Amino acid sequence: MSGIRVIAGRELRAYFATPLAFVFIVIFLALMGVFTFYLGGFYERAQADLSPFFNFHPWLYLFLVPAIAMRLWAEERKSGSIELLMTLPVTTTAAVIGKFLAAWAFTALALALTFPIWITVNYLGDPDNGVILAAYLGSLLMAGGFLAIGSCISAANRNQVVAFIITVVICFLFLLAGFPVVLDFFGGWAPQALIDTVSGLSFLTHFNAISKGVIDLRDVFYFGMVIAAWLYATTIVLEMKKAD
Amino acid sequence: MIRAESLTKHYGALHAVDGISFTVQPGEVLGFLGPNGAGKTTTMRMLAGFVPPTAGRAEICGFSVEDQPTEARRRLGYLPEGAPSWGEMTPREFLDFIARVRDLKGEQRRSRLDDVIGRLHLGKVLDQRIETLSKGFRRRVGLAQAILHDPPVLILDEPTDGLDPNQKHEVRELINAMAKDKIIVISTHILEEVEAVCSRAIIISAGRIVADETPAALIRRSRHHNAVTLRFEHAAGLNEAAADLRALGDVDHVEIDEATRSVTAFPKGNALILTRVADLAGERGWALSQLHLESGRLDEVFRSITEKEAA
Repeated sequence: MSGIRVIAGRELRAYFATPLAFVFIVIFLALMGVFTFYLGGFYERAQADLSPFFNFHPWLYLFLVPAIAMRLWAEERKSGSIELLMTLPVTTTAAVIGKFLAAWAFTALALALTFPIWITVNYLGDPDNGVILAAYLGSLLMAGGFLAIGSCISAANRNQVVAFIITVVICFLFLLAGFPVVLDFFGGWAPQALIDTVSGLSFLTHFNAISKGVIDLRDVFYFGMVIAAWLYATTIVLEMKKAD
Repeated sequence: MIRAESLTKHYGALHAVDGISFTVQPGEVLGFLGPNGAGKTTTMRMLAGFVPPTAGRAEICGFSVEDQPTEARRRLGYLPEGAPSWGEMTPREFLDFIARVRDLKGEQRRSRLDDVIGRLHLGKVLDQRIETLSKGFRRRVGLAQAILHDPPVLILDEPTDGLDPNQKHEVRELINAMAKDKIIVISTHILEEVEAVCSRAIIISAGRIVADETPAALIRRSRHHNAVTLRFEHAAGLNEAAADLRALGDVDHVEIDEATRSVTAFPKGNALILTRVADLAGERGWALSQLHLESGRLDEVFRSITEKEAA
């Protein structure tokens, strides 16, 4: 649909019209470097792979992606431009997808700019580039999942800070859904089927599976479903309270 | 055509709009009047499809705003209250975006853009960020956006708010120039604007329509309609003059305003008393600085209608 393309194009340009894009990309790359080389011990491991790099992605995204997502709708609501956008001849779905795709493309760009580390590891050793490519794909899918959650929360809030905090919390729950910190909450009272469902929702489990280099369609499908479901929820929230 | 059928919007216990119905035909310029909070903006938002009505329905050119929103919106140019836009964009980028969303292509896009940029005098600010523009320019960018696709229906929420008198005049000229074959609905606080551009006025108070007439008919409701005001050179003799006027046939009553040294004679019914008053003034040799026939005062009609309703 042309509406999605036009809206995504406008959004993406808006990132670069403000310092937002620059600040985000610089901080994203700096933190990636810090985590990989200091906390991850990239050199000390002396292994030609990027797992110290990718292992930190979920945690970095936990705070950086909601920072991108919080403005998606909350800002439109605050400035009143949502009234203009929602009375143009585009469907709510097209607006939601367009804005999401722009944000996703932007995180993809930030992610792509980590390419020097890929060059480094190829220079130093002989890594399995298939695994690295899979891990990049998994990382991008996970960022998409976080963004879709953030999109929905942003649509429900006028205040960007509130949207940010709620998004971080929900992303945290999704990230660790398969781990005791979340599962213990269900233990003892919930039926096993529910516990299994919840643990199956873990971003981390699916991301780790992909980043090992095994692109299982189920993992890709999982992230696709998460994105679709949260974007659908975004359109419902917007239809319900766009004018409130 | 715009059709509103018992449009209603409740926010909890608050009845913001309470069963408003009207239709507007091509060639009509409808002015929406009412005190703040009367429901003007909510009504316009329901017509534009931004606020879903609690009950009732709205149609634009035969398309239901709720059920066929895209079709309805294609035919509508809408200026939301406060003329919102994206501050980080320049008017050029903004209008180009709107043109693309509205599916204007190639030569048509270029000619429409040139047309609205010229009409609203945006040439000088095309490459400045919208957030750095003055309120007047921002309003004009919003108007440009609304008329860009040359829509058959225009809904403009306070189109002249924040403009200086010259700009107001230009926007009114613009509206008048477009009025012939379009349906235009504007809301405003400025009563003179209603007289200047509207062929019909709807007054809303507390979510209901309390008057729906031509501006001329509304003015005729004014107690000042056809009254004659005389302004005297000197304060002395005001009371005697007032007594003389009161004795004149068809004069209902007389009011004296000491501050402006003027006396106003109100006619009985719609009687024309100007000639008789003028004759009397000549006869008595009153030293007048002004003598004029009042056409009526819209603000007075507005106040009397909306205050009666609110009470």
